[in-house]
Amino acid sequence: MPSTIPALPFYLLAAAIVGGGVMTLFSRNVVHAAFWLLEVMVAVSGLFLLLSAEFIALVQLLVYAGAVAVLTLFTVMLTLRRREDALRPLDASLAAAGLAIVFGIVTAVAIGGFSPAVAKMPAAAPGIVQFGGELITRWALPFEVASVVLLIALVGAVWWSGGEDEDR
Amino acid sequence: MSITVGLREFLILSAVLFALGLYGALSKKSAIMILMAVELMTNAVNIALLAMNRFLTPMLMTGQFFAAFIMVVSAAEIGLGLALVLALYRRTQTVEVDRIDRLKG
Repeated sequence: MPSTIPALPFYLLAAAIVGGGVMTLFSRNVVHAAFWLLEVMVAVSGLFLLLSAEFIALVQLLVYAGAVAVLTLFTVMLTLRRREDALRPLDASLAAAGLAIVFGIVTAVAIGGFSPAVAKMPAAAPGIVQFGGELITRWALPFEVASVVLLIALVGAVWWSGGEDEDR
Repeated sequence: MSITVGLREFLILSAVLFALGLYGALSKKSAIMILMAVELMTNAVNIALLAMNRFLTPMLMTGQFFAAFIMVVSAAEIGLGLALVLALYRRTQTVEVDRIDRLKG
């Protein structure tokens, strides 16, 4: 297990993430935005691998790059009547930009106040085996609650998006 | 490769991604774009959690479990959110949030 994180892959992934995020928000075409979001998700998964969180990286690929991206694309295509509907105005908002910039500055100041003494990384990190062991022992109850949440979300999503005949 | 990055770089990346998502969620008029921006913010939070976990308490793995459960909640949220968008589209023929104003008096 490496005890440091090399700068080159980090900055490559960071550029992919930030660039993809900007392209997601500023592409005129909704379908292109969904594909840029997919690119961001894959890059974030690489970042998780860099942080030696293998299981989370795999789940990120499966859930976000797999399921969420496909779901988003399906919804985009189901809500477009004509091809031209995919092109949208940029929806620029000065107030939202101001709020986001204020948030960024405040967070940057808070991070800057963080002492660099904690920047040293512990060499050892537990692997995917320890993660699984902990998940079904110490985290068993949240794990089961999570499965119930997913079941309810599944039923609710089917119910909400169901056919016309059960219109309320 | 002697140049390395620390916790601070990860946290700054997370803050930048969160600010981007915040801007998108507040400024976009399409409900689908708003949900996509919310996903960006969720990913930013997960980056911060996993970086904290790796640099501060890697043996406890608390950050990894929190990230996993955040992913569960976020998957449920995007599934329900997109189902809601579809149901709204079927009734109002639009996904523009400023045209869905049936509660306006």
